[in-house]
Amino acid sequence: MVLFYIAAFVAVVSTFMVITRLNAVHALVYLVVSLLSVAVTFYLLGAPFAAALEVIIYAGAIMVLFIFVVMMLHLGDKSVAQEQAWFNLSMWIGPGILSLILFVEIFYLILSNPNESRGQVVVDARQVGITLYGPYIIAVELAAVLLMAGIVGAYYLGKEKTTVLHRFLKKQEDG
Amino acid sequence: MVEVPLTHGLVLAVILFLLGLVGLLTRRNIFFMMMSVEIMLNAAGLAFIVGSSRWAEADGQLMFIFILSMAAAEVAVGLALILRFYKEYDTLDADAASKMKG
Amino acid sequence: MVDLVPVIVLLPLVIFLLLAFFGHRLSTSVIAVLAVSGTFISTILTLVLGWSFLSSPPEGFFLAAHLWEWMSAGGLSVAISFHLDTLSLVFMFVITFVGFLILVYSTEFMQGDEGYARFFAYINLFIASMLILVLADNLLLMYLGWEGVGLCSYLLIGFWYQDPANGYAARKAFIMTRIGDTALIIGLLLMFMEFDTLNIAEILAAAPSKWAQGEPTATLAAFLLLGGAIGKSAQLPLQTWLPDAMAGPSPVSALIHAATMVTAGVYLIARTHTIFELAPMAQQAVAIIGTATLLLAGFSALVQKDIKRVLAYSTMSQIGYMFLALGVGAWSAGIFHFMIHAFFKALLFLGAGAVILVVHHEHNMFKMGGLYKKLPVVFWTFLIASASLAALPLVSAGFYSKDLILWEVFASESGGTTLWLLAFAGAFITALYTARMVLVTFFGKTGIEPTNRPGPRIAIPLVILAVLSLAGGFIELPHSMGHIQLFSGIIHHTLPPVTLRGLSASSELILQIITGLSCLVAIALAYLLYRRNTALVNNFKQTGLGAWLHSFWNSGWGFDSVYQALLVNPVVALSRINKNDVIDLISVGLSEVLARTNRVMVTTQNGKIRWYMTVIVIGAIITITISILI
Repeated sequence: MVLFYIAAFVAVVSTFMVITRLNAVHALVYLVVSLLSVAVTFYLLGAPFAAALEVIIYAGAIMVLFIFVVMMLHLGDKSVAQEQAWFNLSMWIGPGILSLILFVEIFYLILSNPNESRGQVVVDARQVGITLYGPYIIAVELAAVLLMAGIVGAYYLGKEKTTVLHRFLKKQEDG
Repeated sequence: MVEVPLTHGLVLAVILFLLGLVGLLTRRNIFFMMMSVEIMLNAAGLAFIVGSSRWAEADGQLMFIFILSMAAAEVAVGLALILRFYKEYDTLDADAASKMKG
Repeated sequence: MVDLVPVIVLLPLVIFLLLAFFGHRLSTSVIAVLAVSGTFISTILTLVLGWSFLSSPPEGFFLAAHLWEWMSAGGLSVAISFHLDTLSLVFMFVITFVGFLILVYSTEFMQGDEGYARFFAYINLFIASMLILVLADNLLLMYLGWEGVGLCSYLLIGFWYQDPANGYAARKAFIMTRIGDTALIIGLLLMFMEFDTLNIAEILAAAPSKWAQGEPTATLAAFLLLGGAIGKSAQLPLQTWLPDAMAGPSPVSALIHAATMVTAGVYLIARTHTIFELAPMAQQAVAIIGTATLLLAGFSALVQKDIKRVLAYSTMSQIGYMFLALGVGAWSAGIFHFMIHAFFKALLFLGAGAVILVVHHEHNMFKMGGLYKKLPVVFWTFLIASASLAALPLVSAGFYSKDLILWEVFASESGGTTLWLLAFAGAFITALYTARMVLVTFFGKTGIEPTNRPGPRIAIPLVILAVLSLAGGFIELPHSMGHIQLFSGIIHHTLPPVTLRGLSASSELILQIITGLSCLVAIALAYLLYRRNTALVNNFKQTGLGAWLHSFWNSGWGFDSVYQALLVNPVVALSRINKNDVIDLISVGLSEVLARTNRVMVTTQNGKIRWYMTVIVIGAIITITISILI
């Protein structure tokens, strides 16, 4: 029980650190910590498969993508000055208030439906697999299509665009 | 495992979501906005898992798997877009892309 | 024979269409041939038709050619059909014959003008419209021709449209005649209300049984028709457009503003004579308006410098004579004067045009002079026409027609001595200003050297018209000189004869001698004042009274300035106040409100992502709050 609260605390603190860091790499590292703690939470809630997936895919693949992009964009120490210029405490007041209002409302909604949890049951990978390839087979196909679209889009958008001049215009260039 | 009250789990998910939202609204660098979106998605997934644990079904975990795959695809495309954005505007300022003004 | 009538009308119309659509592609000579040939064939056909009509007259002395049903709605049934009787025959002859001569003249006059095809297209349209006007058997078709000639007049006055002054003159003519046209259309509607038909013959047949003599409805109808007539014929009070209409080319002035369009009012009154006979007050008004106009115009013509303006005022004055004749019931005398006037006035305008052409487009008579040796053909024909206008005794046709009017004004039942005296004074002034015009233009020192003599296409029509101006009068000789009544014999099949008081033939002879003598005296006076001793006139002009009289008569008795102050200036001032168009504000206001609202709302679209997301969050909050509360 206590483990859950510790993991939750770590998650919240590291997430807070993610959004307030100026250095991109620092923020990413904190994000990884946040994801790992959330994975621990999953495990404590009786979803080991989800916890494993969280670690492998989210903290593993997606964060690596982020770090690759950081490398390509040269977001490092040099951009810290820029971030400092943009980091304005007064800017946090507005979103802070809005979030507070939202939090109060959702908190109220959650509490107005008290639901007692059953005894903790572990839903293991086998059960997940049967449900996935049983009733949710269509969703698998759709997810596959989505991923393909993602691949194609990312490939095209990431390609270096070469400007093609008409051969008549090229002559002008040479001259 | 341990008894985790449903409401506490949901509250955690909400807190994480709202933190991500605040980060999205305040940071001006697109890259950080992207990270905040990931935080929000993760929080949503957490909410699903909490629900799945309450009902002792696998459906919540399945939703989380789908959210995960969608987040992966979205990150791929989104980061490619960020690269194009950087090439176009030479900065990562989100306010630079305001051609849809008016 | 009756089938010729639509052909006569159709030919100029077809030529108009051809020239309008293809004129810009044709060469000048092709255009000239096309334009002239249509009217030439129409003239031949008119002569043939007239000959057969007069030699073997049809039943009732009219021909009817029904073409097709134009419209039939409610109780109104109007057809395109032509009604040819002797009155329309006379008009048709004048329109086609004089029109033909003027077209031949124009082929040389308008040579080199870039609107060559346009000019002939308009003239042919005009001839077609005028023919429709005089041949129409119902009032609505006649109104169609009426409007058509008004349109062509506008187009042709403003023919040289690059100069805005010409456009202004054209607009002035159109708007003033429009006022008359409005009265005419109200009169038409009144007729329809009373008689349930617009067919002229039916109306004239039914009118005496429906209306008693002097009935108010009849008087109203007659006055409305008179309103239309004075607009088109430039009589008091709608006469100010005619002098300004001289901005158009001289053939236009000859055809439209001398021979045909301005006589449409005369035709209208003659055609609907039954209604005027039923409304003696209206007929008196016709006579009074005619008399007043002829005096007004006569005095104005006396002081004009522009040769075409002299002729314009002269036309106004002569039509006043025709109105006077119609007003006292001398129907055939009025129509006879119309025909003779068409000949000599067209000739005068064409001659003036030829003179203006060769003196580098100078209109001021006093700058010309000494042209009688240099332009012999033009001079002699002009002289003959002026003699006709001045009613030179015995030799000119004008003498016979004007003298007939004067005699019938004196001797008819509705005439009298007063009207005769005024008309006689008008005749004296006519001779005076005519002689002045001839003397100043053709005699004296040469002012401007003419460039060249006019060619045959100008000279031959002038000669033909001169012959007619001399010999045309011999078909109607008064009692004392052989009493030939060819013309009135023809007309009396359609129009009633004049009722004269029982005066002896000797009084007619006495009046004729007085008129003839006065003409000669006037010519002598003009010679004295404008050739011998021009200092007399100039000294008089320097005095206060003389200067005022000069400017008063020169401006057409001040009507222009009165109209400007009374009518034009208030309207212009009102439109200036309404410059922002208050009425338009309603629709403009709506779009203005929408535009302002848009400008306010558009500030929310600033293209920044973070702002959009904030708004989304606010929206989410609102939605959740509402769902919680509900």
